[in-house]
Amino acid sequence: MDLSNKLSVSTAPFLKDKNTTPKIMMTVVYTLIPIVMISIYYFGLAALLVTITSVFSCMFTEWLFNNKQKDRFKSLKDGSGLITGLLLALTLPPGFPLWMVFIGGFVAIGMGKAMWGGLGQNIFNPALLGRAFLQAAFPTAITTWSPADGRYFGIRGTNFATPFFQGENIDAVSGATPLSKMKFDHVATDSFELLMGTTGGSLGETCALLLILAGAYLLIKKIINWRIPVSIILTVSLFSGIFYMINPEIYPSPIFMLLSGGMLLGTVYMATDLVTSPLTPKGTWIFGIGIGVLIVLIRIWGGLPEGVMYAILLMNAGTPLLNRFTKIRTYGHKKSN
Amino acid sequence: MSSTTTYKGKTYTFNHGVHPEEFKTLSSHCEVQRMPFVDEYTLPLGQHIGAPSKALVNKGDKVKRGQKIADAGGFVSVALHSPVDGTVSDIGIFDNPNGQVLPAIKIKTDPYSTQRVEDLPIDIENLDTKEFISAVQDAGIVGLGGAAFPTHVKFAIPEGKKCKYIMLNGCECEPFLTADHRVMVESPEEIIDGIIILNKYLNAEKAYIGIEANKPDAIEALKKVAATSSFPIEVMALQVKYPQGAEKMMITAILGEEVPSGKLPLDLGVLVGNVGTFKALAEYFRKGKPLVERVVTVTGTAIKNPANVLVPIGTPMRDVIELCGGITDDAARILLGGPMMGAVQKSLDVPVVKGTSGILILTNNEVRDLEEYNCIRCGKCVDACPIFLNPSMMGMLAKKGLWDEMLEYNVMDCFECASCSFVCPSAIPLVQSFRVAKGFLREKAAREKETN
Ligand code: SF4
Ligand code: SF4
Repeated sequence: MDLSNKLSVSTAPFLKDKNTTPKIMMTVVYTLIPIVMISIYYFGLAALLVTITSVFSCMFTEWLFNNKQKDRFKSLKDGSGLITGLLLALTLPPGFPLWMVFIGGFVAIGMGKAMWGGLGQNIFNPALLGRAFLQAAFPTAITTWSPADGRYFGIRGTNFATPFFQGENIDAVSGATPLSKMKFDHVATDSFELLMGTTGGSLGETCALLLILAGAYLLIKKIINWRIPVSIILTVSLFSGIFYMINPEIYPSPIFMLLSGGMLLGTVYMATDLVTSPLTPKGTWIFGIGIGVLIVLIRIWGGLPEGVMYAILLMNAGTPLLNRFTKIRTYGHKKSN
Repeated sequence: MSSTTTYKGKTYTFNHGVHPEEFKTLSSHCEVQRMPFVDEYTLPLGQHIGAPSKALVNKGDKVKRGQKIADAGGFVSVALHSPVDGTVSDIGIFDNPNGQVLPAIKIKTDPYSTQRVEDLPIDIENLDTKEFISAVQDAGIVGLGGAAFPTHVKFAIPEGKKCKYIMLNGCECEPFLTADHRVMVESPEEIIDGIIILNKYLNAEKAYIGIEANKPDAIEALKKVAATSSFPIEVMALQVKYPQGAEKMMITAILGEEVPSGKLPLDLGVLVGNVGTFKALAEYFRKGKPLVERVVTVTGTAIKNPANVLVPIGTPMRDVIELCGGITDDAARILLGGPMMGAVQKSLDVPVVKGTSGILILTNNEVRDLEEYNCIRCGKCVDACPIFLNPSMMGMLAKKGLWDEMLEYNVMDCFECASCSFVCPSAIPLVQSFRVAKGFLREKAAREKETN
C-alpha cells in the first residue's frame, strides 16, 4: 500500500474541467465545415481548391516556424492554424489565383501569429491580416468576384494563373457583389438572396443563414463571447438605421447591412477570435461597439465597399489597451483601480 | 450509488464560480461509523493555526480518554486531549500530515479499558464571557472545516465590534467530501444547541445556516430543529457551485454584501463557523466531551469502501484506510481535504488531526497531467474567479516574473480557490503560480519592513 513511488508532487487543484484548447479549436473547425461545403456547392471546385491551398499553406507555415519547438507538430495539433486556413479561404473570391492564396496563408501564420510568439500571443486576427496583405498586394485580383453560378466543375481559369501573369485577363466573368452594387450604384440586393447565399462574393460571405446558425451554436457552447456579436449587430443596426431613416434612397437598410458582405463571417468568427478580443466584459462591449461604428463609417464614407476587415483589425490593435484600461473591480474593493 | 437529489426551494449564491463534478454520492448516503480503537495514537502539539500546545504529561504517565494532555501555548492556541485511556509512550518529533516533522505525544492504548467517558456537563449559566471563551479554548475546539483556526479566538469579539449574525457553514462545496453533510443529517439538534449556547454570550440578532442545495436531507433536518428555537435561525439553501463554502462567498450569497478587502467578516457583523464546530461546542458544554474525535470522509475513486468515519484524533491514516477496505491498485494520489484545495500526502504513516476533513484517494483518471498550451485569452478564468480577479493577465505576468505588476491586479486578494486553474482549457498552472507570487511578495514586504 505504499504509494510514495507512484505519487507526483503537483499541487491542487486535482480536478480539471474537460474543456481543452484543442477541443475548443476543433469545435470552431466543425462549425466551419458546413460553410465551406456550401461555398463549394455555390462556387464549384474552385472553392475547394482555394480552401485546400489556404489550409495547406497555413499548416505548412506553422510547421516551418516551429523549428525551435520541442514538438514541431504541437501547434498543428491545437487546431488554431486550421481555423486560420479555413477562415482565410472564406474571405477570398473563388477565382483567386492559388499561388496568391498560398502567399496569403504564409503571411497570415508567419506575420499574423508565429512572429508574435505563436498561439495566443498575436494582436491581430491572423486570417484577416493575411487577407489585408492580399488586398494591398493584389488589389485587382481580390475584387474580381465570380457570381455564384453553380458551375461545379467550372474551375476558373484565374485559379491557375501563375505569378507575374495576372489572372484577371483570362477570366472575363467579373460579377459585382451586393456591396459594390450598393456602394457604387445604390442598388440593394434582395434579403432572401443574401440569406440563402445565391449572390456574388467571397467563399464565406454569401450564405448568411448558415453563418447565423454557426454563430448560434458557438454561443450555446459558450465558445464565443456573446457580448461581441450582440454589440456589433446592435451598433450596426442602430447606426445604419439612422442613416437609412434620413435617406433610404442612397443609404442601405440595416437588414442589408447585416446580411451582406463579410459582416456575419467577421462577426461570428473573426471579431470573436478569443486571442484578439478583450478579456474584460467592459472591454468587449467597447470593442464590439467600435467595430460596429467603424463598419458603418467605412461602408458609407470609405473608398471601399467593404469595411468589416479593417474595422476588426483596427479594434484588434486597441485590444491590449482595452485590456489594460478596463480592469475588473475586485471583490471587496470599492472600484476598479 | 444513490442518485443526487436537489433541494427544490429558492436558492442563493454569489457571482462567478465553477461546477466541478461532485462525486458526493460515493459516500453521502453512508452513516457515520465509529472507528475502533487502535494500538497507538500520535497527537501533534501544533494541529491548529497559532502557537503549539504545551505538553502537560510525561513519558510513562497514565491518561484517561478526554484528559487534557497539553495546554494552550498562548491566546491563539488550544488545549489537546487524549482520545483514549492509555499510557504516554513517547514525546518527540514525528511526521505530521502537513509534510513537516513536529513535536507530538504518543499514547499507547490500554487494551483493557472500557473507553467510557462520564457525562460532566458544564454549568453555562454561571460562566461570564471571559470564562466561556477560555472554556472553549480548554475544550481544544478549532474550526473543523479544514483550517483548524482556534474557535475561541473568533468568539472573542473585540471592543467596539458587534456580532449581529452567527453564520454556520454547511456548504461543503469541495467535491467528494460528505462529512459535514452527515453531521447535519445525523446531529441537527446538537448543531442548533451549539448556536444557542454561543448566543448566550453574543446576543446576536439572528443565525443563518448556509447549505448547498445538493443536501436536501440536511436542509430539511436543520429546518425542522431550527423551527423549535425561540432564537431566529434561518436555514438558507445555496446554489451548488464551487467555492460556495468560502467564507466570503457564503456571506455574499446570504447577505448580498461583500466583505471589504483586507477586512474580516466581523466588520460586517458576521461570525462564521463550520457546522461540525458547533456540534463540538454542544458536546463540550452539555456532556463535557472535549474535541477528541471528528468525522472524516474517506473517499475517492481508488478507495474500496468510501465512508464517513468518526475518527479519534491521532489515529494513523493507514488504519482508517484499512477500515474502509484499503485502496485499489490504480491509486495514484492521496489528498487531505478536497480535490480543489486539498494537499498531497506522500505517506499514510501520519495521524488524522483536528483539521482533517477528508482523506481522498484518486486514480489517474482524475489526476491527468494535461499538456499545457499558451493562454488563448478565452476569458473562462475571468468568468470563474469568485472575487473578480483577472487570472489570465496575472498568469501572463507570473510567467515573466513580473510580481510587482501582479500586485496592481490584486493578486494578494486571491484566496487560492483554484477555480481558474480548474477551468483553464490550456491547463495553465494559474493558482499554482499565484501561490508562488504571493509568497514572494509577502517575503519582500517583510524584508522592506525590516530595512525601514
Ligand atoms: S482560462 Fe486559461 S486560456 Fe483562458 S484566458 Fe484564462 S488563462 Fe487564458
Ligand atoms: S485561485 Fe485566486 S485567482 Fe484563481 S479563481 Fe480563485 S481567487 Fe480567483
